[in-house]
Amino acid sequence: MNSILPKFLTDLLLVVYGLYNFSARYFREVFKPPYEFKETFRQFFEIGNKSLGLVGLTGFIIGFVLALQSIPMLSKFGAVSLIPTMISISIVREIGPVITGLICAGKIGSGIGAELGSMKVSEQIDAMEVSATNPFKFLVVTRITATTLMIPILIIYADTIALFGGFTALNIFTGQSLQLYFSTVFSALSFDDIIPSTIKTFFFGYAIGLVGSYQGYNASRGTESVGIAANVSVVWASLLVIILDMVAVQLTMIIY
Amino acid sequence: MDNNKNTLPAPSSGIETVICLENLKKTLGGNEILKDVNLNIFKGETLIILGKSGSGKSVTLKCIVGLMMPDSGKVRVLRNNVPDLDYYELQELRRRVGFIFQSGALYDSMSVRENLEFPLVRHEQLPQDEVESRVREALSDVGLEDSIDKMPSELSGGMRKRIGLARTLILKPEIMLYDEPTTGLDPATSREISNLILKMQSKFKVTSVIVTHDMECARLTANRIVVLKKGVFTAEGSFSELQKSDDEFVRGFFE
Repeated sequence: MNSILPKFLTDLLLVVYGLYNFSARYFREVFKPPYEFKETFRQFFEIGNKSLGLVGLTGFIIGFVLALQSIPMLSKFGAVSLIPTMISISIVREIGPVITGLICAGKIGSGIGAELGSMKVSEQIDAMEVSATNPFKFLVVTRITATTLMIPILIIYADTIALFGGFTALNIFTGQSLQLYFSTVFSALSFDDIIPSTIKTFFFGYAIGLVGSYQGYNASRGTESVGIAANVSVVWASLLVIILDMVAVQLTMIIY
Repeated sequence: MDNNKNTLPAPSSGIETVICLENLKKTLGGNEILKDVNLNIFKGETLIILGKSGSGKSVTLKCIVGLMMPDSGKVRVLRNNVPDLDYYELQELRRRVGFIFQSGALYDSMSVRENLEFPLVRHEQLPQDEVESRVREALSDVGLEDSIDKMPSELSGGMRKRIGLARTLILKPEIMLYDEPTTGLDPATSREISNLILKMQSKFKVTSVIVTHDMECARLTANRIVVLKKGVFTAEGSFSELQKSDDEFVRGFFE
């Protein structure tokens, strides 16, 4: 046990140090010209548009199941009318951002890790370097920027779909109308719920892009390193989403 | 570029030396890969570097283009000492040096057209029709004009290497570095690639350094051959001279 613990700690500290350096390099390069607008917009499309289906479907199911689970329990206390309030607050504050963040960590984080890892293994990153193009700027800065800006949009989209999922369940099983449902939802939500939970999603996006890019860009030469990069990206990105969420909740409670 | 602070004086000999390696040393993972490499490469010549796997051939090429930095020694390329250059000076130098990777290293997410346009649009401010004509000309040089809209995954190994060659030559470099350009290809395709290197050599008059195990490629393309053994260049000469070498290690490549 003693021999394993120092190695584990050493590896952990090395990853944290590597991520810190990678992050610092991102901020050094992101504001420096030339700007890779075309590639950044291509990444917006890759990351945003191609995730809409999965994120939307998951959001709908979450909202639907949340309402479905709540109906029998709250109907015992005659509190079915509180379900839209409960769903909206839990989805907007916590469930929507975290579940969508975890899905994005799996889909987008692993995708970036595997793509950059395979580019590293097949010498495409070196080829970019020797063709006098900065591969960090072209591959990493564009991806981290895209995840930072697109994941909040995906999360807002998932929250909206989840609220519709909740309505669908309530409408089917209790006959609640769309107007009543959404008027209850909007009167339950305040900016104190929406703003902190939206701000934290930018950090989720940044963490997912950072970890995926770091693992892929620093993959070793063997082909197995592509799989490792994808796998480790998911693990670290998911962990960071949870940790960032915990920190965000603490900060929100202090501020509000 | 020649006016920067790291510019070194030109050699005084009659033929211009474009690459000069002096006492080059490089250690990787505790193994001394390059022990004491000294080599002059002259303008317009095609030099072949022979050596067993792991002898440091590719590391030598990577030191020339700054993908790896030597532990000690000088790497003068077009009168610049590579280890002394800052990032922007190195980028400037790299525009004048082409590098062909073993795998071709085509960008998988881009079509052949986009692969060829990539270096062109980034380094030369050209109108779109000029870019298009340069891309078509480069593809026609390697005999693959029909593949312009294909993705790299749709190409064979030989085609990928030819496209890699076209992508590098499109910027008209002064020096070409080839890292095992015929590895993994059948003999007929290997010969095609070697002939293509010769054709490009006569068209663009570039200085070429080719790392290879393929003796047919060496026979066809070499003006001069050097042999790298355990991190040191041990033999030098023309193909026919080395073929008759007294050194059993050198002769081993020709048998």
